[in-house]
Amino acid sequence: MSTGYQIIVCGSIVPDPLQTLEPVVGPGGPALKNEMMLPAVLDPWAGHALYEAAHLAKNTPGSKVWLVSLGPKAKLQQVMMTVAQKVPFELVALDGPAGGFTDSCEVAAALAEAIQAVPTLDRSRLLVFGGWESASRGAGATLQMVGERLGILDQFQGVDRLTVGNDGWLTILERIEGGKHQVSTCAGPPAVLGWATGHLPEPPNNPQVGMANMRTIMPSLQRAKAVRVGAEGVTFARVSLPSQRRETRVVKDRSADEIAREIVAWMRQ
Amino acid sequence: METLRTLPGDDLRQILWRFADRFDLQMLVQSARSVARGPVARLVAEGARNSHEWTEQKAQLLKAFDESGITTLYMDPDQGGYVEGPKNLALALVAFELAWVDGGSATCSLAGNLALAPIHERGTPEQRDTYMHRAVPPQPGEDRTIWRGAFCLTEPLPYVGVETGLLSGKVRIAEWEEGKEPILQVEKRGRFITNMGFARFVTAAVDSGDDRIKGSCMVILEETDPGLFDRGVPTRKLVHQLSSTRDPVFNLRVPASRLIGGYTVTNGVIVPRYSHGEVIEAVFRRTRVTVGLMTSAKLLSAVEPVIRYQRGRFRGGETITPGSPRYELGLQQKEDVLHRLVDVWATGEAGASLGFAAARLFDELDPLERRKDEIFAAQGIGGGSAQTKALRRLQKEALELLALSTSPAGARDENRYEALQSDPLVQFLVLDSQANVLCPACKLWNTGHGATMMREAVSLMGGYGITEDCPGFLGHKWMDAQLEATYEGPEAVQRRQLTVTMTNELFLEQLRMWIAEMREVGFRRPGTGACTLASAMEAWLWTLTHLQGATDADGAKLYHGTRQGVTFPLADALCWLLASRYQILDVLEVEAKGPANPVVAEGLAGLVNFLTDLCHIQAARAAGEAGRICAELVHGYNRHPAWDGEGCGAGCHLGELDPLDWIIPAAGGSVGAPSEGAAPGKPHPAKAGPCVRFDGLEQFVRLRLKLDGCLTGARLAKDRAATALTTVMIPEALDYPA
Repeated sequence: MSTGYQIIVCGSIVPDPLQTLEPVVGPGGPALKNEMMLPAVLDPWAGHALYEAAHLAKNTPGSKVWLVSLGPKAKLQQVMMTVAQKVPFELVALDGPAGGFTDSCEVAAALAEAIQAVPTLDRSRLLVFGGWESASRGAGATLQMVGERLGILDQFQGVDRLTVGNDGWLTILERIEGGKHQVSTCAGPPAVLGWATGHLPEPPNNPQVGMANMRTIMPSLQRAKAVRVGAEGVTFARVSLPSQRRETRVVKDRSADEIAREIVAWMRQ
Repeated sequence: METLRTLPGDDLRQILWRFADRFDLQMLVQSARSVARGPVARLVAEGARNSHEWTEQKAQLLKAFDESGITTLYMDPDQGGYVEGPKNLALALVAFELAWVDGGSATCSLAGNLALAPIHERGTPEQRDTYMHRAVPPQPGEDRTIWRGAFCLTEPLPYVGVETGLLSGKVRIAEWEEGKEPILQVEKRGRFITNMGFARFVTAAVDSGDDRIKGSCMVILEETDPGLFDRGVPTRKLVHQLSSTRDPVFNLRVPASRLIGGYTVTNGVIVPRYSHGEVIEAVFRRTRVTVGLMTSAKLLSAVEPVIRYQRGRFRGGETITPGSPRYELGLQQKEDVLHRLVDVWATGEAGASLGFAAARLFDELDPLERRKDEIFAAQGIGGGSAQTKALRRLQKEALELLALSTSPAGARDENRYEALQSDPLVQFLVLDSQANVLCPACKLWNTGHGATMMREAVSLMGGYGITEDCPGFLGHKWMDAQLEATYEGPEAVQRRQLTVTMTNELFLEQLRMWIAEMREVGFRRPGTGACTLASAMEAWLWTLTHLQGATDADGAKLYHGTRQGVTFPLADALCWLLASRYQILDVLEVEAKGPANPVVAEGLAGLVNFLTDLCHIQAARAAGEAGRICAELVHGYNRHPAWDGEGCGAGCHLGELDPLDWIIPAAGGSVGAPSEGAAPGKPHPAKAGPCVRFDGLEQFVRLRLKLDGCLTGARLAKDRAATALTTVMIPEALDYPA
C-alpha cells in the first residue's frame, strides 16, 4: 500500500490586489467594476496551501497534488500560465463565477462533488488543503463545508505548519486568538487543513514544470464543467471596500513602548 | 460610444501578437515578467545602475534568468531547452517583458544568445552540441558550471563603428604539423562587448593575417585557452548598466576546429566554411528585431505611470477636494497632455505590431531557410554568391506566385499556383524579401523614432521624469533607447540596408498588394486610417519609381547608393508606413478573434474603438511624414525658378496653373502666381518668387492632394482617444518598485 498522500488543494482566483476594485451593482447583483477584464491571480491563501501541498508531496514519495479550482475558465487559463510553473499538480477545473458574491455553500457543494469525482481517489490517504479564507471574501466558511460534505471530521484552520512524524502522525500548528499558535496532532489522513500563510516562500517559475503541468491543465480546462454557484435569493444590503486610513508621522525621540502605546490608543478610538 | 475600460491585458496581447494558441509562450511571458518586475526592478530601484562594474548584486540577474527558464529558452529541447521550433517570437516576447522594466537586463539576457547565435546558425553539429549544452544551467544532480558567452565583433579605434566588413583582429597559423589539426593564433581587441565581465567563451570575428587562411571567419575562444584572455576595462557607458560591457583583449592559441562552421583545406590553404560576414548576416537579421521591440516596450510601459501622474498631480493641495475635476483628473483636464500621451501610446503599439510581425515572419522563414540550404547542398551549390545567383534565377517564379495569389481562385491556373506555392525555394524568396525589409525597418523606426517619443513620455512627467524616483524609470528608459538605436547596427546601417532591399521587385510587388489590401480594409473599416495609409503607400511607390529614373537640376542621378540624401529619407518614410500597416492588421485580428475569448469579449467594443482610433492617429502621422519626405525629394532636387531668363522659363506662365484649378482651387491665381508679373511689359511684383511648374509631376500632385484629404477624421480620432485616457481604469499602483 502506498504511503503517499493524495492532496487536493481547493483554490480559485481573485483580482490582482493592485487593481482598482470598485463595487458596482450589475444586472446579476453586486459585482466589481470590469472584474472580468481585470488581471487575476491565484488567491494568495490558496497559493500558500498549494506550495505547502507540493512541498509535502515532494518529501513523501508516492504523493500527488490536485488543484480543484472554480472560476471563469478563460481567467483560470491565464492564471495557470503562472501557477503551473510553480509546482507540479493536476488541475480539476470548474467553470463558474469566482467573485466575492457567490454563495459559499454552493461553492463548497461544487468543490466536494468535483473532489469525489477524481478518479482513483483513496480517501484513506486524502488531505484536503485550501486557504482558511479567501482574498475576495474573508468568510472562512467554504473549506469547512467541503470537509463536512466529504465526511472528514479532522479539520484545522489557520494552519502555519504541518509536520509528518515517523509514525505517520500529523502535527499541526494552528493560529488562535491573541497572536498565539495551538499545536494539534492527528493520526493521519483524511483531514482538512485551511492554511494561513504557511512557512514557505513562493517558488520561482520553472518552465519545465509548467510544460509538464500543461499536459493535463489544458484538457482539464477544455472539459471544465459549468457550475451554478450564484447567490440567488440572497440580498446584499450594502457592499463597500474596507476604508483606508493612513496617518504617517516620523518620530525619532520615542521608545518602542511609547510608540506601541500610542498605536493601541489610536486603534481604540 | 463604447471606449476603453481597462488597460490592455494579457488576453488581448495574446490575440494581438498571435500567440493565443501558444501556452508555452504565454508561460514564458509570465516567467519573464516575474523576473522583470521582481529582481530586475529591485536592482534598478536599489541603484544598481549607478556603476559601470559588473557586481555581485547585478550577477543575481543571471541566477534569475537561469531559474526562470530565460537562459534555456534559446536551446532546442534536445539541447536542454523547452520550446520546440523557431524561437524568434519567443525571444522577442522575453526581451519585451524585460525591457518593460529595464533595457539593460534584456541586453544581458540577449547577449548570451547572441554569443551562441553564430554557433546556432552556422556552427558544425559538434560545435552546436558542445556549446549549447554547456550554456544550459545544470540540472539536478549535475555537477558543472554554466558557460556564458560574449559576442565580439566591434573593435576599438580606428575601426570602431566604421563598418562590419573591416576587421583589425587577425587569425594566423601558429602550428600545422603534417596530418594534424592546425593550431591558430587569434589576436582580437574588442570594444563595447556585452557579457564580457563573466563570459567563459567568446565568438569573435577576425580576418586572416596569414596567406594560408582564406578571408575572414568567426572563431570560438575559451577562457582557458593558452595565451591572453583579458576581460579589459569596463566600458563607461551611460546606459544599460544592468549588462556587463567591457573592452577585452585576446591573444590565444586555439585549434582550427573552433572556426565556426568548420573549414576545408584547398591547396594548403584553410578555407573557413563561412566568412564572418556570412555568419553575422544570419545572426543580426534576427536579433535586431528584438532590439527594436525593446524600445516599443518602454513606450507602452510609460502609459500607466504617466496617467497616474497626470491624475494625481494636484491631489494633496488644501483647496483640491476629492470629487472635484482638479482632484480626479489633475492634468488630464488639459488637452495637450492627453494628445501627447496618445501619440506615445500609438507609437508604442505600432512599433510592437511591426516588431512582433517581423519576429513571426522569421519563425516562418527559419525552417524554409534550412530547407533551402539542404536543397542547395544536395545540388552542390555552396553559400554566398553561388546561392544568390541560384535564387536570382527563381525570382520570376516568385513574382508569378505573387501575381497568381492576387487572382481569384478559379480564374487562375490552380495547378501552377499550387506548384509554386509548395516550392520551398520560391516560398523562401518571397518571405525573405519581406524579412529583408521588416528587420531593418523595425530596428530603425522602433528605436530611432521610439527614442524621440520616449523623450516625450519623460517630458509628460515634468521634472519628475528625469529623476531616479520617476515611477516606471522613464528617464532611464529614454537614455537606454538611444543605445538600442545604436547597437547591433546603428541607424545608418539599417537605412543603407533598406535602400537596397526595399527596391527588390519582389518586395515592391508585395507592397502593391498591401496597397490594395489597405484600400479594401479602408472600405470595410474606414476609421482605421487604412485608406490614408494606402494613399501614402501609393505616393511612396510613385516617388521611388520617379527617383529611380530622375536626375537633379545638375543632371546627377537621384536614386544612387552614394546619394544618401535621397535614399535614406525614403527608407525612413517606408518604415512609418510599415509600422502603421501592421498596427491596423493587429486590430483587425482582435476584432475577429476577440469575441471567442470571454475576457476580451467583455469590453471588446470599447477596446476596438480605442485601438482603431490609435491606428487612425498613427496612419495619419505616418502618411504626413511619408508625404512630406516624398514631396521634399520629388521637388527638392529641381532648381527653384528665378526672375531671370532660365528661371522664367522654368516657372509658370500666365494661365498655366489654371488647368490645376480642379485639384487646387484657384491655383491659377494663387501663391504669388506669376500671372501678375508675367504679363508682357509689366514689372514683377516684389511679394513672391515665381512658382514652379509641375511638368511630369501631375500625378504626384494629385497623390499628395489625395493624401491630404485622406487625413480627414484623424484629429477627431485623437480627441476620442484622449477622452478615453481620462476614464480608463488603471491599477492603484505600479506592479514593480520604483
